Amino acid sequence: MQIVDRRLNPGGKSLANRQRFLRRAKEMVRDAVRNSAGERSMRDLERGGEVTIPASGVKEPHFHRSAGGLREHVLPGNKEYLEGDTIPRPRSGRGGGGSQGSPDGEGEDAFRFALTQEEFLDLFLEDLELPELAKKRVVEGDASGVRRAGFATQGSPANLALGRTMRNALSRRIALRRPKAEELEALEEAARRVEDSDPLKAEELRAQVARMRTRTLRIPYIDPLDVRYRQFEPAPRPIAQAVMFCLMDVSGSMTEGMKDLAKRFYLLLHLFLRRRYRHVEVVFIRHTHEAKEVDEETFFRSPETGGTVVSTAFEEMIKVMEARYSPADWNIYVAQASDGDNTTADNDRTAHLLTDRVLPVCQYFAYLEVGREDDGGPIGFMPRETELWRTYTKLRAADPRLAMRKVRHRKDIYPVFRELFRKGAVEGQKA
Amino acid sequence: MNIIHRPERGLLFQGADWDFDTLRRIHDACEEIAVGELGLSLYPTRVEVISAEQMLDAYAANGMPVLYRHWSFGKRFARHETLYRKGFQGLAYEIVINSSPCLCYVMEENTATMQALVIAHAAFGHNHFFKNNNLFLEWTDAHGILDYLEFARRYVMNCEDKYGEAAVERVLDAAHALSSQGVFRVPRRRVPDLASEERRERERRQHEERMYDDLWRTIPGPTNAPAARAEEARRRALLQLPQENILYFLEKSAPRLRPWQREILRIVRHVEQYFYPQRQTKVMNEGCATWVHHQIMTRLHEQGRLSDGNYLEFLHSHTNVVFQPSFDDPRYSGINPYALGYAMMEDIARIATDPDEEDREWFPDIAGTGDANAVLREAWAVHRDDSFIAQYLSPRLMRKLRLFHLVDDEAEEDLAVATIHDERGYRRLRRALSRQYDIGRLDPDIQVEDVDLIGDRRLVLHHRVMNRQMLEPEEARAVLQHLADLWGYGVLLREVDATTGAVLREHHASARPGIVD
Repeated sequence: MQIVDRRLNPGGKSLANRQRFLRRAKEMVRDAVRNSAGERSMRDLERGGEVTIPASGVKEPHFHRSAGGLREHVLPGNKEYLEGDTIPRPRSGRGGGGSQGSPDGEGEDAFRFALTQEEFLDLFLEDLELPELAKKRVVEGDASGVRRAGFATQGSPANLALGRTMRNALSRRIALRRPKAEELEALEEAARRVEDSDPLKAEELRAQVARMRTRTLRIPYIDPLDVRYRQFEPAPRPIAQAVMFCLMDVSGSMTEGMKDLAKRFYLLLHLFLRRRYRHVEVVFIRHTHEAKEVDEETFFRSPETGGTVVSTAFEEMIKVMEARYSPADWNIYVAQASDGDNTTADNDRTAHLLTDRVLPVCQYFAYLEVGREDDGGPIGFMPRETELWRTYTKLRAADPRLAMRKVRHRKDIYPVFRELFRKGAVEGQKA
Repeated sequence: MNIIHRPERGLLFQGADWDFDTLRRIHDACEEIAVGELGLSLYPTRVEVISAEQMLDAYAANGMPVLYRHWSFGKRFARHETLYRKGFQGLAYEIVINSSPCLCYVMEENTATMQALVIAHAAFGHNHFFKNNNLFLEWTDAHGILDYLEFARRYVMNCEDKYGEAAVERVLDAAHALSSQGVFRVPRRRVPDLASEERRERERRQHEERMYDDLWRTIPGPTNAPAARAEEARRRALLQLPQENILYFLEKSAPRLRPWQREILRIVRHVEQYFYPQRQTKVMNEGCATWVHHQIMTRLHEQGRLSDGNYLEFLHSHTNVVFQPSFDDPRYSGINPYALGYAMMEDIARIATDPDEEDREWFPDIAGTGDANAVLREAWAVHRDDSFIAQYLSPRLMRKLRLFHLVDDEAEEDLAVATIHDERGYRRLRRALSRQYDIGRLDPDIQVEDVDLIGDRRLVLHHRVMNRQMLEPEEARAVLQHLADLWGYGVLLREVDATTGAVLREHHASARPGIVD
């Protein structure tokens, strides 16, 4: 008989099969994830969790008999039945028998996948990328950091790599067979013990001790050869922080439904930015005929009335940016939501602010025009072009960083979002 | 009983802890009893200690240590893992592989008593059954299976490199769908070799010489059949029609498959055939192993090598294993093969050593022979579940299990109790239970009936419908689609009533491009 301990074998023997299975199911999982975007509330989206895919996609069909026909069962545990008795058929349709059921005990229900938040968002935001991500790399100045670059034989004492040095020393001592202190002591002790009984032996031992001591002196405990220093080299560090400005028109013409659409868009953008940057800040600016920076609750909730002057929002945004978010240190994203109304006299000013002050410093400017659900016609064919839409259309030709879309229904938000941020979106607009 | 008293040699282990020396001691002690007293004949054993994750790996691959790669194994892994992690399902204590050496996987978290139990159960009980049962000897090659699986794995991997994972996956998907139609249910005629032909010829001559009778000459021979019918018969014979092994038929006769695709069909077919005996011997195999572990553990306790506490721990597990809930119990999920198998083995041993009048009447061959082990070894060697039950299920056991036979006819409003455990019913009840384990009745009988080689090359299959039990139509169509993809042309499946010959339903499928093009 042999006994083999297999526990030490590398794990993950089924890994290849699991990956194949996931790959096969991936299409369906992705669809399930995308669909779930419509069903879940935005906060749930971040949590990941279970998605259910139909078992049909990963089913392994076999020939087997369906229920019905004449079936026989031999069952244990008869208590009262006699030959010829009849029993009313159980309603569940299972004739009291356990002989049915799939052979491997697997049900045919839908297959559930538990996804982590990471996996969920990966699938959810797959194929999206931030435009102009590479632009903001600061080479000089305080944004550069240092990173480890291995070990060197020279360096300042502050960078002495103690562990590495001692390891080198130890291996050198072992290699050169430097006697250990314990061995010396043991030999001396032995010599002392045999001194009286066997002086010759004691003499021999002492000679050996002397030889070893000389050797100890010749081979140093730590040699300059062993010493190592940690080495660092300067490395530019990409700016890993972003600020997202949410601008919204809250004048009387914006209904609750429109605000809800805008909110969904902001949440998606926030989620997305958080995946790409270590640190994301959000600034909420709402405007009527005047603009104000507010907190999130006020931004979405409290009603406001007044006219509509879009340029005030840009002015407020520039003020905040100058005070707190220097474009040199921050990646700046702007998302504006509006129903498209603007005071006609303000259009020129808005256009100037946008081209001269806002667009040059930001990575991406997304304009989302929200409409009423009951407006007829497919997306993109609104009854009339709004003031803002006309103004922005002129600017868009000149600057690819400006993107604009119209949205009228909740279910359009996600597709529009994907469209705005899909890979190569910016290049596409340039062309 | 031929109990041999040996001097006490002290406990094999104490408490629950074990190490590899303990395993060896346990194995050696079990071997002494298994070979010396029970007279088992065994493959060499290899005990492998594995972790929970590795047990899940083994589950996913039907317990095989190596298997080709396919997503369905990953699916099985994912399902078992979910059940296990959520606590819905425990893991087996052991898995045993029908191979030589016989591989026994034991879980690392078993207690010492459990290790003794599973070694006695798997390394001796199952091992003996694998090595001696006719079905396993006929259908499986214990010496070659591990090498074959290794070959299969490499072959599939090479194909994936050469033709792409997607192409191989399509063939495997289709082959898996047909896998239960990929076994030979009866042994095929072996290709005759010279020696056996000569021997047969000699025997035939001797037989004729002994039985010579001039009268036979006067009987008119068969009249010549029309030439067309003979031609037809020849064609069917060449294609080996009708053919129940659909994968074999495709491998040999599908017109458009490439050689590597045929080889993959062959691999799937071989693996399925390897598992075929296990499906037919569940009750016997588990009954044999359970009976053996009970004998061995009891003897170890008698010899004083197992403490009372450990023996009680064993009895606790043993009782759980052979527990059979009644049909109306919420825990009931079919007849427990461990319970039925163990009860029958115990019953046979009792009949052999301590029969009563009824036993002598029912089992004149074995009643009172005195050597229970010999009777059991004989039964284990020559039977499979259905024949074993038809032969050995005693009236006493039917009464003990309170078995009854229920007929569920869709056409009737109520279920009918056809037979119970009484004098009138014993034989019918036993036949009914035996039928329940007859693999020929469990699997639908589907055969390749004909193929139109000259016309549109359509393949015709027949499902012989017994007791009006039709195929599940949706899955049948899905499988048929796979079949058509492999065949390369249209496929027709007729469901034909076995008694009247009436066609009850037809399914069609035509080939999609992908596998053959």
